[in-house]
Amino acid sequence: MKKFLALAMALCMVFSLCAVASADDTIKIGMVTDVGGVNDKSFNQTSWEGLKALAEEDPSFEVTYLESKTDADYQTNISTFLDEEYDLIICVGYMLADATREAALANPEQKFAIIDDATNADLDNVACLMFAQEQASYLVGLVAGYVTETKTVGYVQGMVSDSMNLFGIGYITGVLEACPEATILQYNANNFGDIAGGSAAAKDMITNGADVIYHAAGGTGNGVISTCDESGIWAIGVDTDQSILAPDHVITSAMKRVDIASQDISKAVKDGSFKGGVYTYDLNNAGVDLAPTRDHIPADVLEKVEAAKAAVIDGTIVVPTTVAECPAFTLAE
Amino acid sequence: MKKNKTIWEALLQSRFTDIFISIVLGFIVGAVFLVIMNIPIGKAYGKLFSSITSLKGFSYVVVYAVPYIVVGLSVAFSFRTGVFNIGAEGQFVVGSMAAACTGILLPNIPKPVLIPLCFLAAMAAGAVWGIIVGILKTKRGINEVLSMIMFNWVAFYLSNFIAGRPGIKNDGSAEATKNISENARTLLSADFIKEHGLCNTANWGILVAIAMMVIVWFVIEKTTLGYQLKAVGFNKYAAEYAGINVNGNILTALAISGALSGLGGALQLMGMGGRISIFSSQEGFGFAGIVVALIGCSNPFGVLIAGLFYGALTYGGSKLNLVGTPTQLISVIIGTIVFFISISVIFSTLRNPVNRKNASNLRTPTSQTRKE
Repeated sequence: MKKFLALAMALCMVFSLCAVASADDTIKIGMVTDVGGVNDKSFNQTSWEGLKALAEEDPSFEVTYLESKTDADYQTNISTFLDEEYDLIICVGYMLADATREAALANPEQKFAIIDDATNADLDNVACLMFAQEQASYLVGLVAGYVTETKTVGYVQGMVSDSMNLFGIGYITGVLEACPEATILQYNANNFGDIAGGSAAAKDMITNGADVIYHAAGGTGNGVISTCDESGIWAIGVDTDQSILAPDHVITSAMKRVDIASQDISKAVKDGSFKGGVYTYDLNNAGVDLAPTRDHIPADVLEKVEAAKAAVIDGTIVVPTTVAECPAFTLAE
Repeated sequence: MKKNKTIWEALLQSRFTDIFISIVLGFIVGAVFLVIMNIPIGKAYGKLFSSITSLKGFSYVVVYAVPYIVVGLSVAFSFRTGVFNIGAEGQFVVGSMAAACTGILLPNIPKPVLIPLCFLAAMAAGAVWGIIVGILKTKRGINEVLSMIMFNWVAFYLSNFIAGRPGIKNDGSAEATKNISENARTLLSADFIKEHGLCNTANWGILVAIAMMVIVWFVIEKTTLGYQLKAVGFNKYAAEYAGINVNGNILTALAISGALSGLGGALQLMGMGGRISIFSSQEGFGFAGIVVALIGCSNPFGVLIAGLFYGALTYGGSKLNLVGTPTQLISVIIGTIVFFISISVIFSTLRNPVNRKNASNLRTPTSQTRKE
């Protein structure tokens, strides 16, 4: 037994000496997730899938991710990529804003990208990838307003903050445009990971007559969708095409093409066109949109939504972005 | 007398041998999974070891280990005194929130006052969290394991509630508290960190952890209080018969254990995080503390080593993705180690059949109290 152990330990030590070398012409892209992890069925996962697809398409990219388990891990993970001399560090989510800022100030030569945060826009080495979530929410709001039969729709938000409120403002604007007399039940879960809470909120709304519920609440929203599925009413997903969660009852999703954004910024690093500042992804550049799964949307509704989309793109419709412009949105109070 | 001591020493040694074997088995099982996943074992384990051997890497290990050590001490203390503190998670959370509130709301107090104040606030909060459970146990006979698990969730949601209050919540969009005052941070000076090439969050929390280790050892082994606590832990009926106040001692044990976990929360906050995020799931420091106490066989010095080991696995493990290995490998290894430690009586029985009876008497005090 002892000899075997000694052998095993010796082997471990020998292997630990093997250094891993990498070629010089590769572009190394490192992605740091927030605490949701890489399989969050939301933007961490979408960004990572975008990067993986990029690496498959163009082998000169080498992509890796590091998962953060606690708030304190952001800084450590960014520092790991710095030590390994990655060409670009993509930080997923505004929770990483402070950690990114600290690292970007300390390492002005290192390129960073951060998703859903504009507070670092003043730094030359940070690309802030922003999404016009109010535009996508406006489109799904129209869908909800047109398909509701009870004239009652629900909305579950993960957290009250300026950037989260955009989801609600866009959605409510859309619903009221399609169905001015609609009642909109709104709930702030104050949590992105509370599946049971999302489920309870959805049940409450269904009891009060809602027949379409939109969520912008990450993992909490998974509870919303499963409850809608059980109760046989429509759910509207967010960030990614969530129809896989309940194929019969997710009518559409407000997609943010985080995958395209992270691919674009990686390509910009490769061809040398990377610069800091805000990059906005909206309907105009297909950075946000309705999800590609559209089987459940009636043809006439889809037609009207496409018309509205065209109007947003050519500027005849401007979706509001502030609470003041959308008094029906009550969560911000 | 002398003979007894040598036997005891020999058994203690064999206990460490059991742990060592369990750790090696953990890595072997990890290697099996690596083979299944078709990842070169040397590449994965090489990364694990090489990332912690540099000075910077090692400083990260120490920084990561601090909360594990202190929470480990908390759980070990409870093991030694016959209660099972599965509520370390909640005590950690309320402790770190108490320290955060102190550090945010009193930013202008000078460092030498504010830091001890944060520590005290955290220890008080953790102790209160432990005492509530203790009162439920002693006055109403409610099993502490059940109420502690529930109290973990009360702490979780309480922390989320407080973190969202105006005045505490971050001014930006982040779902977290404000950063605590610089005066409440235990960080080493930036120049020192740069000069020695340490990690950005290098802090002197480890000194507090070591001090706590000595204090816990002293209280358990060298004081009347420790003797009484242990007596209650071994057999509360006998202790009562001997005139020891059983309920009072259970409360004291839970208060001390809770205070240690709370302190762990403060050390983590003031050394590493600087703020508390709104949790979407439990961060698991309390449960890690249970593992650390198990690996350290509830011995204060053992806990120190086990905490460093756990910190090394956590930090080294976070880098495994760089070589294409899922970080979950670490959970497999730790889970396997805990599994083998729980059944480790087998190892000593195999080695030393004569001592079977004595050996099983030296297992963790919890299993022992249950037997009685």
